[in-house]
Amino acid sequence: MIGANGAGKSTLLRTLAGLHQPAAGSIHFAGREITHLPTHARVALGIALVPEGRRLFPSLTLEENLLVGARRSSAWTVSRVMELFPWMGARRRQLTLNLSGGEQQGVAIGRALMAGPRVLLLDELSLGLAPAAVRRIYDLLPSLLAEGMAILLVEQDVTQALRVSDLAHCLLEGRITLSGRPRDLSPEQVEAAYFRLAARA
Amino acid sequence: MSLRVTRSRRPATWSGLASALVFVALLSLPYLVFANVTSLLVNLFILLVLATMWNLLAGYAGLVSVGQQAYLGLGAYTVLVLAQNGVNPFLVIPVAIAFCAVAALPISLLVFRLRNEYFAIGTWVVAEAFQLITVRFPQLGGGTGASLPGLGGFDPALRQAFTYWAALAVLAATLLAAYLLLRSRLGLDLTAIRDDEVGARSVGVQPARAKRIVYLIAAAGAGGAGALIIISQLNVQAASVFSVQWSAYMIFVAVIGGVGTIEGPILGTILFFTLQQSLAERGAWYLIIVGTVAVLVAMYAPRGLWGAISDRFDLRLFPTGYWLHPQGSSPGGLLARLLRRER
Amino acid sequence: MAWLNAVVQGILLGGLYALFACGLSLLFGVMRVVNLAHGDFAVLAAYLGLAVITGLHVPLLWSTLAVAPLFAVVGYLVQRLIIQRSLEVSPLTTLLVTFGVSVVLQNAMLEGFSANSHSLPSGWLAAGSFRLTPQLSIGHFSLIVFAAAVVVIVSLQLFLSRARLGRQIRATADDAEAASIAGTDVRHVFGIAAAIAFATVALAGLAFGGYSSFDPGAGTQRLIFAFEAVVIGGVGSLWGTLLGGVVLGVSQALGAQVDSGFGVLAGHLVFLAVLAIRPRGLLPGRVT
Repeated sequence: MIGANGAGKSTLLRTLAGLHQPAAGSIHFAGREITHLPTHARVALGIALVPEGRRLFPSLTLEENLLVGARRSSAWTVSRVMELFPWMGARRRQLTLNLSGGEQQGVAIGRALMAGPRVLLLDELSLGLAPAAVRRIYDLLPSLLAEGMAILLVEQDVTQALRVSDLAHCLLEGRITLSGRPRDLSPEQVEAAYFRLAARA
Repeated sequence: MSLRVTRSRRPATWSGLASALVFVALLSLPYLVFANVTSLLVNLFILLVLATMWNLLAGYAGLVSVGQQAYLGLGAYTVLVLAQNGVNPFLVIPVAIAFCAVAALPISLLVFRLRNEYFAIGTWVVAEAFQLITVRFPQLGGGTGASLPGLGGFDPALRQAFTYWAALAVLAATLLAAYLLLRSRLGLDLTAIRDDEVGARSVGVQPARAKRIVYLIAAAGAGGAGALIIISQLNVQAASVFSVQWSAYMIFVAVIGGVGTIEGPILGTILFFTLQQSLAERGAWYLIIVGTVAVLVAMYAPRGLWGAISDRFDLRLFPTGYWLHPQGSSPGGLLARLLRRER
Repeated sequence: MAWLNAVVQGILLGGLYALFACGLSLLFGVMRVVNLAHGDFAVLAAYLGLAVITGLHVPLLWSTLAVAPLFAVVGYLVQRLIIQRSLEVSPLTTLLVTFGVSVVLQNAMLEGFSANSHSLPSGWLAAGSFRLTPQLSIGHFSLIVFAAAVVVIVSLQLFLSRARLGRQIRATADDAEAASIAGTDVRHVFGIAAAIAFATVALAGLAFGGYSSFDPGAGTQRLIFAFEAVVIGGVGSLWGTLLGGVVLGVSQALGAQVDSGFGVLAGHLVFLAVLAIRPRGLLPGRVT
């Protein structure tokens, strides 16, 4: 999901996660309507959100942050998450406020993975991160997809987003202006949909 | 399109007129009815003063105090002390009001260190401390209370009439002060602070100063009410005048009537009083019922009774906001309604 | 020597205050709610204890087994039905609502139990005391209450830091929204925190009842003591609450030693002094 600031991308993800109630319309997941389901129930169904700004628990250690996300039926354990992020092992008892932006993002993703989600909602992963850190995070995504997980990625960095995704949607003022496989979309099409330049033409 | 800005609409001018008429009528009551009616009204006026001040504090400055009774007692004891030294109690009323405003300044420096909920209990502790300090002075009556000297020479009917007029004067001053304050720059500042403190600060508003001013005014009002209490009862007892029961009354009246409006406390006080008269024999039941109603109103109708009425009928009797009218259209027009600003 | 006795009694009293205050501290730390009816619920617990003791002829200690779990349930319901709704309206509302509940509770107890004061017979517990010197004795009951306070606070700390539910409570206290997207049922967690807080209130109420007499209006005084203990010790720290309770207890005992009517006022003055000099309290921190 790409789009300019204020297009409604984060709001959409938060609504899918259950933090906002939609004014109209419905949400369906795996054949079931979940529009009025509370957030924690959606997590139990397999929808996990990695929110904008990470939102880690400042008074909890790294390991505790991961454990809060844990669910009994999940295939993901703390050790498995730490295999994905090897640097975590040594810092498991540290408070998360002392971690760098990229490391915090890793913890936030790890916390969501602990719930064993079927759909992972990623909100603005690259915000506030150094390019090297952004690349490291994005390199993880293929292995997550290989697990059979679906990922809905909201991203400001269009190039990065189009590189990793199978299907792209462009959002503008709350409406989808373009959908398609990245390889089928030309840069001009994307630019037009992003800024609604077609209106001028 | 040019716009005209007004401070009120037609209903407000009628209510202004009506208020003046009501005031004149109230003024002449001692000539028309027996003393028991006027003394009842004195109690109603006292409660309305307290509720209006509490509403100013909580609804506009966002300061929920459960300790205004501290100033109630302070006002009452100021009158006592000066009356014991030969001053006519009626003349002490303005002194009590001023003294409470001054005393509130150092207290505010202390309690303002606490936020929100802890502020509430902090004010309560201050009131309790005042009570405990007061009972240590036998000249002030200690634990059993003291009677007010200086009014014995008056004819009882005359004394009650003067008490009534004094109460009416304090009430009128309170309502006028509240109304003018909210229409003033300070009122606008308070609304800005309530909406977004950081934003308000960025345009030069000083939240701490604005809140402190309101706190001092509220203390002054409570002091005036306290002076009225001792004059109408002719005696004062620490445990009673410093009791948190007074806060219960103020809060319930303001909540049920509608926090954040001037009309709310008026409606609430009238309701409260009628209830009190009809349930007078029942003692504790009265508070149980009123308390439950207040809780339910706070949870399910947070704008109170007046809030519900003013929303339903779009009524503002004592307006403190601004209305925009496009040039040439009448104030009640559709466009004005669309452009209407919330207070 | 009489002064030393005063200090010791003050410390023991402080344990009671701390036990009473930790419920307040927990509710505030987790939900940012100050329950103005806190003291009145403690008095209610004492009345229920009295009913159990006189009705079932069991000693004070056993009555706690009946009253504390009951209060835990009451706490859960109060949170889900009243506090949760008030939280959603505005921050002001919880204050007004708990104040209303306090007034209703006090007057309901007045109607139901009359204004007479009672105290809980603590049986063999109160009778004995350790006599260390002719002027210094430590009552069995005071010691047990102090020990109970320490046990409760230590257990609470352990629960919050080790248990899964404790971890969820801390996470929710940090960021309720983030906790919900991590799968925590926030309302249920709030309910559990309230249940724990109310259970401690029940214990404190029963302890108070054994310590001194109570009447329907006693809740106000107790709330103020609990609040002072929390502020003196430092908002957000359970150990701070214990320290705050002890400081308050000692202040009151020393004040009473100076002049018998001065005890409570001395406590208020110490509270106001801490507020003036060190507003964040002696051990400020988080509820962990």
